[in-house]
Amino acid sequence: MASIDKPAGELPDTVTEALSAPDLTAAAVEVIPPEILAQSLGQYLRAWLARARSGDAGVLPVAIALVAVTVVFTIVSPNHVFLSAGNLVNLFDQSAVFVVLAMGEGFVLLLGEIDLSIGYVAAIGGIVAANLVQPTPNWPWWAAIIAALLVCGGIGAIHGLIITRLGMPAFVVTLAGYLFWFGVMIIILGAAGGVGITSTVLPNQQALYGLVYSYIDPVVAWIGLVVIVGLLGGALWLRDAGRRRSGLVAPPVGLTVAKIVFLAAAGVVVVAICNVNRGSFLPIVGVPWVVPLVLVVLAIWTVLLERTPFGRHMYAVGGNPEAARRAGINVSRVRTLAFVLCSLTAGLAGVIYCSQLGGMTTNINGGQLVLYAVAAAVIGGTSLFGGRGRAIHGLLGGLVIGAIYNGLYLLGLPIQWQLIATGLVLLAAVSVDALSRRGAGSGSLAHA
Amino acid sequence: MDMTAEPNPLPGGVPAGGSASVAAPANPEPLLRLRGISKHFGAVQALYGVDLDLPPGQVTALCGDNGAGKSVLTKCIAGIHEPDEGEMLWEGRQVHIRTPKDAASLGIETVYQDLALADNLDIVQNMFLGRERVSSVFLDEDGMERAAADTLAGLRVTTVRSIRQPVATLSGGQRQAVAVAKAVMWNSKLVMLDEPTAALGVAQTAMVLELIRRLKDHGLAVMVISHNLNDVFEVADRIAVLRLGRMVAEDWLSSFDRQSVVDFMTTGGSSRDVLASGSSHDKD
Ligand SMILES: Nc1ncnc2c1ncn2[C@@H]1O[C@H](COP(=O)(O)OP(=O)(O)OP(=O)(O)O)[C@@H](O)[C@H]1O
Ligand SMILES: [Mg+2]
Repeated sequence: MASIDKPAGELPDTVTEALSAPDLTAAAVEVIPPEILAQSLGQYLRAWLARARSGDAGVLPVAIALVAVTVVFTIVSPNHVFLSAGNLVNLFDQSAVFVVLAMGEGFVLLLGEIDLSIGYVAAIGGIVAANLVQPTPNWPWWAAIIAALLVCGGIGAIHGLIITRLGMPAFVVTLAGYLFWFGVMIIILGAAGGVGITSTVLPNQQALYGLVYSYIDPVVAWIGLVVIVGLLGGALWLRDAGRRRSGLVAPPVGLTVAKIVFLAAAGVVVVAICNVNRGSFLPIVGVPWVVPLVLVVLAIWTVLLERTPFGRHMYAVGGNPEAARRAGINVSRVRTLAFVLCSLTAGLAGVIYCSQLGGMTTNINGGQLVLYAVAAAVIGGTSLFGGRGRAIHGLLGGLVIGAIYNGLYLLGLPIQWQLIATGLVLLAAVSVDALSRRGAGSGSLAHA
Repeated sequence: MDMTAEPNPLPGGVPAGGSASVAAPANPEPLLRLRGISKHFGAVQALYGVDLDLPPGQVTALCGDNGAGKSVLTKCIAGIHEPDEGEMLWEGRQVHIRTPKDAASLGIETVYQDLALADNLDIVQNMFLGRERVSSVFLDEDGMERAAADTLAGLRVTTVRSIRQPVATLSGGQRQAVAVAKAVMWNSKLVMLDEPTAALGVAQTAMVLELIRRLKDHGLAVMVISHNLNDVFEVADRIAVLRLGRMVAEDWLSSFDRQSVVDFMTTGGSSRDVLASGSSHDKD
């Protein structure tokens, strides 16, 4: 046996030298994310371009899509009305449903699963909330929303338990759920075929309706923006600066600054647009309440996914379920909870949809909603193959889908063209996803 | 890391199966003692009543042909598979290891043959997977990153460009190094490595063998699976040979030579049969 006369923890020099030598087999399978290695903003941009060229484009496709859709619809819409403040606020309202649905769908896509039922689960959520603010039982609006979320979370738990306990494919179980909850929706709505929340004498109905149709005072909105950007920007700065100081992996200073500037700019643009008077007779100004609501959902789900052990376990299960299992993670529990979170989030989307429509009717097309949700998540950058996805992807993709939906409506194109356009966009998004995956795959083949 | 135990002096050997002499000097109480472990998958019987002792401060090499059941035995100990029959004694107490968590809480760490790393997570995230550090309810990223960096530096894993790069961007050898680092970072008492050097170049192999010696010198029980008899003879104190799911030999290294190990692996017996000779325990 070799004698080691160095203290424990030290290796003999020969071994040390060998290991410090460049590893010739280290042909990278994928490209290392640029923010990890770059020392300056310039280096970061170069690394970022290199990565985009190699197929893994990050948020580039969705950013291009958003700009392209905006430019095209601004040009072709009558009087360039697409870019008017009134229409943009309308677009935010319409997109809110797609954004929140896509964030929900993102939880199951992250595990490489799919949930086809959330369109009608969302409808159930909207109907539960709407029914609870009727003259009887006249629940407080917030209690109605919580009840809707709980009901939808329960529906997700049923789906998740059937999938994990009986080992059935999510595709089939949630397809069954699609039909089942469609049927339940029609039964609940009954002979009337709908339920409204537009009463002007019931405060709880007004509150629910006001999610989309009441507005934050412009001054309050500006103050709120300053506070939010200050807190978020400050937290980001402190974290990155702290990590740089203690020698941990951190993005270059320029990138941190750029992120904060971008955050502030986006906030200013949104608040400024919403604070333009968009009324024709009476003045209408202000940020609709649904905008901060969506941002709160985004913040909570981002923190859950990226800052908690549970979120980390979701990524692990999505990336390699067997590795997750061997690491002691309860994979079935994580999968079940993903379906719970998905349906619960869909329930909130349903409440927003109910507010936007002023009620729920049997005309709701849950099939189209779920396809928009999947499309939005994938367009935003979530992988259909699992392991990659963030809540912000739902926001970005939901805005693209909302813009297409809104723009085609402005053109007066009938529904069939909306369907065709959305189908093409979904196909394009999935192609980008598959291509970036193929790029990675061939890399690892060449490596093996 | 809690590595206080002194290395045990090599005691005399005790042949497997209890069939031969028991007059050997007192063996140290094995850290883990397997008795009659059987495991089947449907019609495939992977293990037939396997006995194995893993003493502390010793490296036990588990040899056997492809499909002999080495990985299945490892996974039974690691809580990935539950054995159909048999018992496991951990420090003399009977234990049931049903999940990977059970194994980890006893102090058993495993480097799997099919590397159990999540490609989409970075090195730090993989090393702490399932055992993340938290401050209040949120992940303590800074603390985990420092601890992972210290462990990798202690193992002289210096070729990775960033500890925050996804594991998918690592070479095979680097992944192996991360998997080994992940296993030795915890307060473990038994480390099992399933073909840890299979993907490695000469230098990295030397590193892993050196690491195995260090674990043993710190009093840990180590089990290594390897097809490379050079590695086995370089690092092992004891050899156990599985053939078609049966333990056909278990003894001190000195009782074997390369040919006899190959004979056991391929035919289940040896012209210099240590089981039959019954004298092999008189080491040196
Ligand atoms: N999960 C499983 N399901 C069914 N059969 C299995 C499973 N795992 C292993 N086996 C079978 O058990 C037997 C032993 O396999 P094992 O992986 O332990 O071999 P091994 O000794 O590790 O071989 P190698 O040297 O090739 O790694 C094989 O016949 C294999 O097909
Ligand atoms: Mg094996």
